Amino acid sequence: MDVTSSDSALRGFLHGLPGVDEVGARARAEELARRSVKADAKRLALDLAISMIDLTTLEGQDTPGKVQAMCAKARQPGYGAPPVAAVCVYPDLVPLCVAAVKGSPVRVASVATAFPSGRAALDVKLADVKSAVAAGADEIDMVIDRGAFLSGRYLAVSEEVAAVKAACGDAHLKVILETGELGTLDGVRRASWLAMLSGADFIKTSTGKVAPAATLPVTLVMLEAVRDFARFDGGRRVGVKAAGGIRTAKDAFRYLVLVNEVAGEEWLDPRYFRLGASSLLNDLLMQRVRMEAGRYSGPDYMTVD
Amino acid sequence: MSEGAQVSEGSEVSVAAEAGRIAVRKTYKLYVGGAFPRSESGRTFEVTDHAGGFWANAALASRKDARDAVVAARKAFPGWSGRTAYNRGQVLYRVAEVLEGRRAQFAAEVRLATGVCRDEALAEVDAAVDRWVWYAGWADKIAQVRGGVNPVAGPFANFSVPEPSGVAAVLAPRDSALLGLVSVLAPAIVGGGTCVLVASARYPLPAITLAEVLATSDLPGGVVNVLTGQVAEVAPWLASHMDVNAIDVTGAPGGLADDLAVAAAGSNLKRVLRLPPVAWTADPGVDRMFGYLETKTIWHPMGL
Repeated sequence: MDVTSSDSALRGFLHGLPGVDEVGARARAEELARRSVKADAKRLALDLAISMIDLTTLEGQDTPGKVQAMCAKARQPGYGAPPVAAVCVYPDLVPLCVAAVKGSPVRVASVATAFPSGRAALDVKLADVKSAVAAGADEIDMVIDRGAFLSGRYLAVSEEVAAVKAACGDAHLKVILETGELGTLDGVRRASWLAMLSGADFIKTSTGKVAPAATLPVTLVMLEAVRDFARFDGGRRVGVKAAGGIRTAKDAFRYLVLVNEVAGEEWLDPRYFRLGASSLLNDLLMQRVRMEAGRYSGPDYMTVD
Repeated sequence: MSEGAQVSEGSEVSVAAEAGRIAVRKTYKLYVGGAFPRSESGRTFEVTDHAGGFWANAALASRKDARDAVVAARKAFPGWSGRTAYNRGQVLYRVAEVLEGRRAQFAAEVRLATGVCRDEALAEVDAAVDRWVWYAGWADKIAQVRGGVNPVAGPFANFSVPEPSGVAAVLAPRDSALLGLVSVLAPAIVGGGTCVLVASARYPLPAITLAEVLATSDLPGGVVNVLTGQVAEVAPWLASHMDVNAIDVTGAPGGLADDLAVAAAGSNLKRVLRLPPVAWTADPGVDRMFGYLETKTIWHPMGL
């Protein structure tokens, strides 16, 4: 049975998902956060984390110069580090990024659908998506209509995600759940399933504009959802992107441990796990320099971005 | 450990036992970013009093604690150096006020640490308070004394102003429980710099008690960070750290000072303070304070 065929079927399915043990999820996330990653494993983890970064700038004050500099850094972070996974910008800056990362493995992601609030008519959102895709975006980060989700109009959310997916064409679709506005971990689990059932290639925690942004328990629940969904839907693997508030190498490692322990090793790949961040890259590079040079580096020796 | 046998007179345990109360024992921790965390490594070491008896456990700082302390000091730098010199003087004077209020506690700790008599201990605390007041008074006078207007042959107003170097690593002297500590700490922050103080391995507890004074006297968190433990373990990491701008090697044991100076020069050309040993009761002079300053000279065109 196609659960997205009607509002009642969808509600029945989503509310039939087992509830999340909130205390248990927190405890598990906390326990995994205590794992330490050292020496050779740390070296590998640093480069893996760098290769999973969606280097992001989503500010009203973004200028072409700033975005160009970010793209240059995305291609070549320096200190021998591998390129990052993608750059993530507003739709109007996509053409600039496409030109700036040409010839490198770095992909261009664009937020769309009236980011960050998602408060616009569907045709406006679809036009937003189409213009970004036409400009050459490889990945689209859409936001769900949280108002519709919280009032229980799941089919409306599902249809919107499906329509955006259709508008994306070959571009990958990341669906931002904005977990800081969903209230409970049960809500996070339902929104994750809703997005995946509607065609998401990635589910993403947050816009970065709402606090709390990505947290370990939320990401844990989302990783469980993609793991279970792969068993449910004939092995289709959906990715997870944790975005917002991940600033230090230590934070990043906690997410990597979580991915490995919850979803499994197959997800430890930039195709299935991403970290949306801006200042994180400098901290990872500083750690890399520390391991190479045997002394601590400082922010004076990193780019100001 | 059979505490009853090893606990020294004057410790909280024996005082409480005499009064028939349960001892409220203090856990000495680090002071980083305005908070009192345990060592990231979870390690502690036993601190003994002058007679070799058990006094307390102190946190044994690791290189990661040093790293965290530098981050905290760097974070506090713009705020502290951006304050007016007058305000810094007021805050430092407030530190002296709170220090004075804890006179008896410090005297007891100095006694326990060094074994001097009560009057000598009180004299050391008084000297430490006076030293702190002396440095507090310097805060808004440094620019007049160290800076100036320079005569130049051209249509320019030319003046030099002292500016703090940034984050300093300060190795507290090994031969003084309180006065030496205060004498190396105050000059590191009076000009607007922030610092990571590595307490002497022999007298770590007065340094942590001093941190309690700093934490309760309007000094912004992170301006002073105190690590306790083995100087030889953490100092090399601070000396080679690219985000540390100066190092005072006073408390470096034996040949370590040479190694630290080489590491400091080999990384980012830190300013290295290596002043000749002094009696801490002597007039401190201005070298130590000025050692943390750099001179900015400004050429300002003047209309003809």
